[in-house]
Amino acid sequence: MSLRTPLGKVLGLGTAKDGTSHWWGQRVSAIALLFLGIWFAWYLAISPDFSHAAVVAAIGRPLNAVLLLLLTVTLGYHSYLGIQVVIEDYVHAPGLKLLTLLFSRFVHVALVAAAVFAVLKIGLNA
Amino acid sequence: MSNYDRPLSPHISVYRWPITMALSILHRITGVALSFGFVVLVAWLFDAASGPDAYAVFMSVMDTVIAKLLLVAWSFAFFYHLSNGARHLLWDTGRGLEKRQANLSSWLVLVATIVLTAVFWWAAS
Repeated sequence: MSLRTPLGKVLGLGTAKDGTSHWWGQRVSAIALLFLGIWFAWYLAISPDFSHAAVVAAIGRPLNAVLLLLLTVTLGYHSYLGIQVVIEDYVHAPGLKLLTLLFSRFVHVALVAAAVFAVLKIGLNA
Repeated sequence: MSNYDRPLSPHISVYRWPITMALSILHRITGVALSFGFVVLVAWLFDAASGPDAYAVFMSVMDTVIAKLLLVAWSFAFFYHLSNGARHLLWDTGRGLEKRQANLSSWLVLVATIVLTAVFWWAAS
């Protein structure tokens, strides 16, 4: 006999209320970052010139701009999920834990917003 | 009522560290380090978008010895987290979890990390 309600069963979200979505989000973003990360490392390694003009020209190419948008958004998401688990594991006081999680979330969203705006500004000006 | 001096069940401090344990915590440490590296990546994009003056300030900061050492550390952390992350994805399919396999793949991850980091800096130089 199960004491779970029919609604609880069909939603499948468990006691943490978010089911396996955190686990899946981390894995899916990890797979994307395997490709995006290797692309970015390769780009950094083969770029001979990091002057302002060269970097702006490189980011201004549509393919690079789109890949950078995907990279920064996915990286921000993956980083947020990872830092969230670290905070949940090591910060025990409930109030401080909530504050730290909130701070981490704000910082991650702000970083992604800054990165997206920067890439779009360079890309649309080029 | 004090809880401080009660005996505890065996915890990580009583074990001799197997390589899998060391690599497990290194995955978390490199992940946190890379989150701080993300800030630098965003600063690079943001300063590039802000114009040549802001970008010059960013590049002068990155030209210091400390920043260069951090870049080497971040590249190592990046290739470690990438290699070990790929191993985690393999583990998620249920493969490679036997003790001998996990020990072997631990060494493979370390070798891959060192090779990738070396190739990266060789290509960049």
